[in-house]
Amino acid sequence: MIEVRDIHKSFGNAHILKGITTTFEKGKTNLVIGQSGSGKTVFLKCLLGLFVPEEGGIAYDGKLYSEHTDDEKRDLRQEMGMVFQGSALFDSMTVEGNVMFPLEMFTKQSKSEMKHRVDAVLKRVNLIDAHHKFPSEISGGMQKRVAIARAIVMNPKYLFCDEPNSGLDPKTAILIDDLIKEITEEYNITTVINTHDMNSVMQIGEKIIFLKDGLLEWEGTKNEIFKTDNEAVTNFVYSSDLFKKVRQMYIQEQN
Amino acid sequence: MNYLASVGSYAIMIREVFKKPTKWRIMKSLIFKEIDELIFSSLGIIIFISFFIGAVVAIQTALNLTNPLIPRDLIGFATRQSVILEFAPTFVSIIMAGKVGSYITSSIGTMRVTEQIDALEVMGVNSLNYLVFPKIIAMLFYPFAIAISMYVGIFGGWMAGVFGGFLTSENFITGLQSDFVPFHIAYAFVKTLIFAFVIATIPSFHGFYMKGGALEVGKASTTSFVWTSVVIIILNYILTQLLLG
Repeated sequence: MIEVRDIHKSFGNAHILKGITTTFEKGKTNLVIGQSGSGKTVFLKCLLGLFVPEEGGIAYDGKLYSEHTDDEKRDLRQEMGMVFQGSALFDSMTVEGNVMFPLEMFTKQSKSEMKHRVDAVLKRVNLIDAHHKFPSEISGGMQKRVAIARAIVMNPKYLFCDEPNSGLDPKTAILIDDLIKEITEEYNITTVINTHDMNSVMQIGEKIIFLKDGLLEWEGTKNEIFKTDNEAVTNFVYSSDLFKKVRQMYIQEQN
Repeated sequence: MNYLASVGSYAIMIREVFKKPTKWRIMKSLIFKEIDELIFSSLGIIIFISFFIGAVVAIQTALNLTNPLIPRDLIGFATRQSVILEFAPTFVSIIMAGKVGSYITSSIGTMRVTEQIDALEVMGVNSLNYLVFPKIIAMLFYPFAIAISMYVGIFGGWMAGVFGGFLTSENFITGLQSDFVPFHIAYAFVKTLIFAFVIATIPSFHGFYMKGGALEVGKASTTSFVWTSVVIIILNYILTQLLLG
């Protein structure tokens, strides 16, 4: 579980996060939504420990990040998996090399043990016969799967995803969403996803937080987002005609 | 003020490079890879340039020796001194600042743009140690490349002098052996080692701290070449004053 306690973050005169408090529970897919410039990426980087908030704190399983020693912070980092928007696979390594990388860096496993683990996670993300290909030789969807495999290979407690289905076709995007949700439940991890994609919100959003101008404007579940009368949320989520109709149908069904 | 801040950031980067080392098993393979990329892959251009520079130095010296009282041996002497003292260590280092430096900046800069460095940081890897340290160690082999450059440069001078009909082989070798100061070789290698560190770290700095996209990677490569060259030229002056002055 991750508890975010009134975090503030500024860059120069720009006050990006203005006091966000929320909780992300274990075994759930938590979505962070909001317009560009609302502070989503800064928020995610604070969760990852890449940015340190000036005020407030973030507690991982009850212990504040700032209370960890340097060694504990390093250990905590190894309990985090991250799927970047552009996958961020290492160009010079094969698919197998990319997934094996965290194991080589942080474990004392033998080559055969590592290979066994890599085979298992690649199979889990439905990637077979791509072990010896380089990232440039596989599709965007496959790259995302490799990124997910790399993120889960160390059995993380926390999984963070930044726009995991951006640039993917709708069918592949749904497959990636489903895969993240399945992995979250299967591994019982705390997953936080930054997204613009409303399909993801409807599909996998067990908890959704909506950021606006660096503040937490709204939070709830995917069912609650249909019913909310928060104008900022409805303007953002139901900006397309399709989603407006979906919302109307949902409300009619409920009545 | 910006320059001062950059110098400070560079110093902090160097400190970080030597902190929290990567596992030796992984570092070893990274070092071998960098030796291949930075040193072996540069040998072709080093040999090509050195041969022709040595040849041109010999021809220029020969063409300027109009006084019949000056012995032709001087062509061998001048070629040796020019190649060992300046052309091999300094001129080749400027070329390497372009070839190796732009490769380092663009490869690290691309990793920055594509979030690969963020991925390393998130995993808890000291990305500066992982990316820059193997390059510094690989560049310790740079003096070997410069030794080859010296040999080939002098050989080029001999070829141009003898086959161009400017002097005999015996004259060239006599000139080559006259007034030899062994410390000049030490001076050249001290310079080379310091230039190697500059070539490995300044381009890394420009790549690592770059911001923006693909266009900025190109700009960072150009900036890194300019600054690496400027630093090499200034250090060349200081080291020459300190060691030979």
